[in-house]
Amino acid sequence: MSHHIVEARDLHFTYPDGTVGLDGVSFRISHGESVALVGENGAGKSTLLLHLNGYLTAYQGTVRIGDYALTPRNLNAVRRSVGMVFQNPDDQLFMPTVFDDVAFGPLNLGLARDEVERVVSRALATVGVAHLAKRPPYKLSQGEKRSVSIATVLVMSPDILVMDEPTSSLDPRSRRRLIELLKTFRHTKIIATHDLDMALDLCERTIILHEGRVAADGPTRKLFQDEALLQRCSLEKPLRMLQCPVCAP
Amino acid sequence: MHMADALLSPVVGGSMWAVTAGLIGYSAKKVKEEADDRKVPLMGVLGAFIFAAQMINFSIPATGSSGHLGGGMILAILLGPSAAFLVMASVLTVQALFFADGGLLALGCNIFNLGFFPCFVVLPLIYRKIVGADPAPRKIMTGSLLSAVVALQLGAFGVVLETVLSGISELPFRTFVLLMQPIHLAIGIVEGVVTAAVVTIVWKARPEILRAAQRVVPLGNVSMKKVMVGLLFAALVAGGALSWFASANPDGLEWAMFKTLGTEELKGRTGVHASLAGIQEHTAFLPDYGFNPPSPATNGGEASARFPLRRSERRDSTGVSPWSFKKSEPATVEPAAGAKTSWPAVDAGTSVSGLVGGTLTLVLAILIGWGIKRSRKPWACAR
Amino acid sequence: MNNIGTNAFDIGYLDTLAGADSPVHRLDPRAKLLTTAAFIVSVVSFDKYALSGLTPFFIYPAVLLALSGLPVRYVLRKAAMVSLFAVLIAMFNPLLDRDILFHLGPIGITGGWVSFVSILIRLLLTVTAAFILIASTGFNALCESLRELGVPRPFVVQLLFFYRYLFVLTDEAERLVRAWSLRAFNAGAMRGKVFIPLIGHLLLRTLDRAERIYRAMLSRGFDGHFRIMRTLRIRSGEIVFLAGWILLFVFLRCVNVPVKLGALLRGVSP
Repeated sequence: MSHHIVEARDLHFTYPDGTVGLDGVSFRISHGESVALVGENGAGKSTLLLHLNGYLTAYQGTVRIGDYALTPRNLNAVRRSVGMVFQNPDDQLFMPTVFDDVAFGPLNLGLARDEVERVVSRALATVGVAHLAKRPPYKLSQGEKRSVSIATVLVMSPDILVMDEPTSSLDPRSRRRLIELLKTFRHTKIIATHDLDMALDLCERTIILHEGRVAADGPTRKLFQDEALLQRCSLEKPLRMLQCPVCAP
Repeated sequence: MHMADALLSPVVGGSMWAVTAGLIGYSAKKVKEEADDRKVPLMGVLGAFIFAAQMINFSIPATGSSGHLGGGMILAILLGPSAAFLVMASVLTVQALFFADGGLLALGCNIFNLGFFPCFVVLPLIYRKIVGADPAPRKIMTGSLLSAVVALQLGAFGVVLETVLSGISELPFRTFVLLMQPIHLAIGIVEGVVTAAVVTIVWKARPEILRAAQRVVPLGNVSMKKVMVGLLFAALVAGGALSWFASANPDGLEWAMFKTLGTEELKGRTGVHASLAGIQEHTAFLPDYGFNPPSPATNGGEASARFPLRRSERRDSTGVSPWSFKKSEPATVEPAAGAKTSWPAVDAGTSVSGLVGGTLTLVLAILIGWGIKRSRKPWACAR
Repeated sequence: MNNIGTNAFDIGYLDTLAGADSPVHRLDPRAKLLTTAAFIVSVVSFDKYALSGLTPFFIYPAVLLALSGLPVRYVLRKAAMVSLFAVLIAMFNPLLDRDILFHLGPIGITGGWVSFVSILIRLLLTVTAAFILIASTGFNALCESLRELGVPRPFVVQLLFFYRYLFVLTDEAERLVRAWSLRAFNAGAMRGKVFIPLIGHLLLRTLDRAERIYRAMLSRGFDGHFRIMRTLRIRSGEIVFLAGWILLFVFLRCVNVPVKLGALLRGVSP
């Protein structure tokens, strides 16, 4: 895959019960960019993410990942290239042990056993959970589960990392650790989040979704300073950019 | 409602395991054939759901007691027969392993009683016929109610048969049936109502799940008759082989059945025993068998207390065979050398020795264990 | 009443126990499984009046409990709480079987009581054996050994998944029940009117969860084939363990050692 570009052109999607998910979404993300996807609940963030690895198919519009337009035939290649980390780690860690979960992807890709061992150990070490390899998932803390979920995706060496609310329900230290970890990744990152402070830390570009449409697409800092825009999209300024309640009267 | 190892004889337990193993193999094959990827997580998660749901007690109106969900029918309706059978088997396996609910030998019986009937008998023959391809709340209610009642009746009857054929419990067949069936009728009604309500909820919110389960043809290319014949054969082979092992006397299985019937004469009975034995005699439905008890002198002392005589034999001291049979053939009993003879008299002396020795052995076993424990260095937890 | 929390804790506890280290823990799960099966079959194959013949079988749980370091009091407690159904049915035995088998001094012991005690002993033995198996092996390893022994793959996969989500589901159920009980005040058990929507709600959530899991599986290349990496090796130690115990069980089953022992002590010929 050459350029790891993620491109959406005029995506339209409606759920079976009639709810409009996406109403004409277009954007183009280049190799190595870190993009935050922000919006209120129901704006279409998760829906959009699910289009990026072919789980959902828009009835109108196209998705291109690198050189490929997303079609049923190249789904496997796309899924190898686009690593998706879902919101609830319990949905993602379904194997008996941490090792098994991380090994799931490589085994499906047909790697040899010793190769699998190698990449799994490396992925576990990268996220810092090598000591949890034999642990069953239900014995992990939220933060550990999050880290393991990321490892399950990292192990397949994706070019593009897509994450849905990675910092939700994490305690401050785990959250900080996660942000530091993500900073070290050179992949293209697309992160749907409510955590605007993390977006400021991590993503130089932000796409704001509102009612299934792109309300704004530009540099993170600039967007977050536009109060009227944020208001319109049912958002608020990140905590960091609000006035300090102690200093300011 | 669960069978237990302690009430089970290896013959019955083994046969039921043979049948259940066959069913598991068959269901696994069908599930693989259906090749519905979606089912993989769905089955696991629904199993966990049933397990968790079974832990929630609800009060049954007008009785003041509480009950909990069985779940066999719900699984069958949501997953189709083969997948549901596997799920039920896994739930019962975990229950047996972790909660000693029944036991590992009885697991075969339990999976059969609680899994086979709802999934392979009641679902296609009753529920699907009533509800059909186009569910509606009233049809769902009727179908679920009838299905749950019948499934539980069959399951309860299975328990009765297994217990009685094992011959370890003294409970006579007739009493046991009269005890189990009415109770499970009530349980079945409650289960049916709950099943209907839950299925209706799913039908309203996620009808596609029901439709997907509906599309599963229960038995595909193999006819029901062939499957039943195969299973019956497996049961007979296993039962025959095991009973042959269990006693040098090939009449082992008949012996088990004979114990169930008991055609002793009624004289000299008192109380509960008398009336029950009386009822039993009148409701015996298998032809009578007869055995000649060998004289006590032919037995090695070790074999005593192994297969004691029927109650009637012990009582009758006149030496005349106490049985009167309709068509009895004296079965030849070969006193094998040493252990495996049948029908010895219970020798009082041996029993006392047994008690003494037994107590001593028990103490020894505990001491050995304790000794080993003391001598080992403390081990470290691997964490 | 609603003992969701305690049950789940027990399973989790058993898993914790399985994570310990001891000679027994290190054995291949297949050996342990087969030995336990042989044990249970031997115990259960005794006739209903067996008492003394059963007692030597206590050596198996005694030795294994000692070697594995598993908590003995915990086992006994669990065994005591076991299979109410079986004990209830067994209770009928003393009532129905009134014929005196033998006398202990002036007291006549009826067959019913003998068989009742026999059932209790059997219960204790089989439950303890099953517990030792699980607590020294762990559920996941046990499933692996099942697969190696030829149990169909779809069933084993089902077991693994089921076990994985056991805690999640019992957690959810517990939360729902707690929410109910906080507003139910003096109610004993849930009324049907509450139970059904609660269960229905839990079921719908479960169905959604299944969908999400499936999604995650697809994203990591799931193609219908389940692949798990494990290395199970049979070493000489396992063979010795298995063969040794089985021989002992067969011997004890055929020869009633306690009777001989007791007779010896009484100076009587057996």
